Amino acid sequence: MLLETAGLTKRFGGVTAVDGIDLAVAPGQVFGLIGPNGAGKTTLINLLSGQLRADTGAVRFGGADVTALPADLLTRRGLARTFQGVRLFKGLTALENVLVGRHVRMRSDVLARLVPFRAAGTADRAVALALLDRVGLRARAAALAGELAYGDQRRLEIARALASEPRLLILDEPAAGMNPTESVGLRALLTELVAGGLTIILIEHDVRLVMDACARVAVLNFGRKIAEGTPTEIQADPLVREAYLGAADA
Amino acid sequence: MEGLNDLFFTYSTTIGVLGINGLLALSVWLTLYCGQLTLGNAAFMGIAAYSSAILTIRADLPFPLALLAGTLLAGLVSLPLGATVFRLRGVYLAIATLAFGEVIRVAILAIPATGKGQGLVGIPAKTELWQIYLSLAVIAYVLARLRLSTVGRAWSAIREDEVAAASQGIAVRRYKLLAFVLGALIAGWAGGLSAHLNFALQPDEFGFARAVQILVYAVVGGIPNVLGPLLGALLFTGLPEILRGLQEYRDIFQGAVLVLVIVYLPRGLVTLFQLRRTRRLQRVGAADVA
Repeated sequence: MLLETAGLTKRFGGVTAVDGIDLAVAPGQVFGLIGPNGAGKTTLINLLSGQLRADTGAVRFGGADVTALPADLLTRRGLARTFQGVRLFKGLTALENVLVGRHVRMRSDVLARLVPFRAAGTADRAVALALLDRVGLRARAAALAGELAYGDQRRLEIARALASEPRLLILDEPAAGMNPTESVGLRALLTELVAGGLTIILIEHDVRLVMDACARVAVLNFGRKIAEGTPTEIQADPLVREAYLGAADA
Repeated sequence: MEGLNDLFFTYSTTIGVLGINGLLALSVWLTLYCGQLTLGNAAFMGIAAYSSAILTIRADLPFPLALLAGTLLAGLVSLPLGATVFRLRGVYLAIATLAFGEVIRVAILAIPATGKGQGLVGIPAKTELWQIYLSLAVIAYVLARLRLSTVGRAWSAIREDEVAAASQGIAVRRYKLLAFVLGALIAGWAGGLSAHLNFALQPDEFGFARAVQILVYAVVGGIPNVLGPLLGALLFTGLPEILRGLQEYRDIFQGAVLVLVIVYLPRGLVTLFQLRRTRRLQRVGAADVA
């Protein structure tokens, strides 16, 4: 397993946002994480990516215990993520955003830069431009990230995350704000990335995207995992229907 | 030619002070560039000024060694201070560093070797103008190149969004600390030079007023590149000399410039010809200093 959690729990005051979650994500697949609003999906991935620290429970990534590691060290180990509300460096250009994403794979060029007129880091620029190309933003490389359309910002955030050459990519609602065409393009990109050996955890409300792209899906409700299985199994699960639609309708 | 020499001689102190103010403006630029408002650099300057002066007067240490020792002491103090205060952000960070400045001012008043409230006099005038301007040129060049490096890019990312920066693998606290300590070292270097430029030191030279003055140089000049702080220092050191006849109005002039620049050129004087870019940055909600 690339990523495993055991009894992961996070409380905010009296609310248990994530309650004893056990997950096991196998490499080379898209693993879906769904659930109604407030189910604890974003808290869970904030725990996984080191933005929050769990109260109890453990996270293992690539065979090592990473429970207490801060976000920057997790990125160094090959975990990258995007954010639900898009957190780009708005005042930097698209290209600069991707270059920042490459931080952990770049050698410090401070000494090289001290030599007058020498341009350092051309190889990294090429990598960053190729990534922009991959998400269809090559032509917008010089635009400020904050000037891009919302769907473009989402794709730029994915390119920035990919720049760190991750083993695991966590996408928090990547299709939110995308039109249907963009959403189809996103699915193609996910398929391509998984074919290249990447593992993806996908949080998404777009049911079609989840059902089409994911090999396995876990469903959260009130901080607990209420179901896990293939998309077809999940669709048939009465507990899942209850969580989304309410008990009386079943 | 004779006249020019006279002019130079008359103003040599001012020219020296101008260079030192340029160094101080650069020292605060570092933390501002990564979006952190710290006001401790006057105190770092004071630590190095007093310690290097005491070393040359009482221990008879050669000036270069005393200058180096004072600078390193300032850097050494900044390390644990930075490790502590960077738990704070924004206004709280500014207040904490300001409080540190007060502690240093009071400490200077309490330690007998500093001459306490009477100040320290009889400091050998060892600082040459070329030393000030050579340091200024070297430091400005290094910072300008640093800005373009991986380190500078990490600072920009931290300024724009700390959470996102951390999730790109940037050790946020360590990069902030680096900016802070480098700033303290530069302020310390400036302090050692300035102590040996004049003959005397007064404890109130390194208090609140100086801390704010240094900040004003950098903010009015502009943070986007290292020319900004230098321009700010030039404006606020040079113009009062030129307007010497209007001395009573100096503070009014300073205040007016500050207000006008912040309102009409929020990224500083150095962006006077970048108004379109300023508007673009404001529209996307970029961090306001760069």
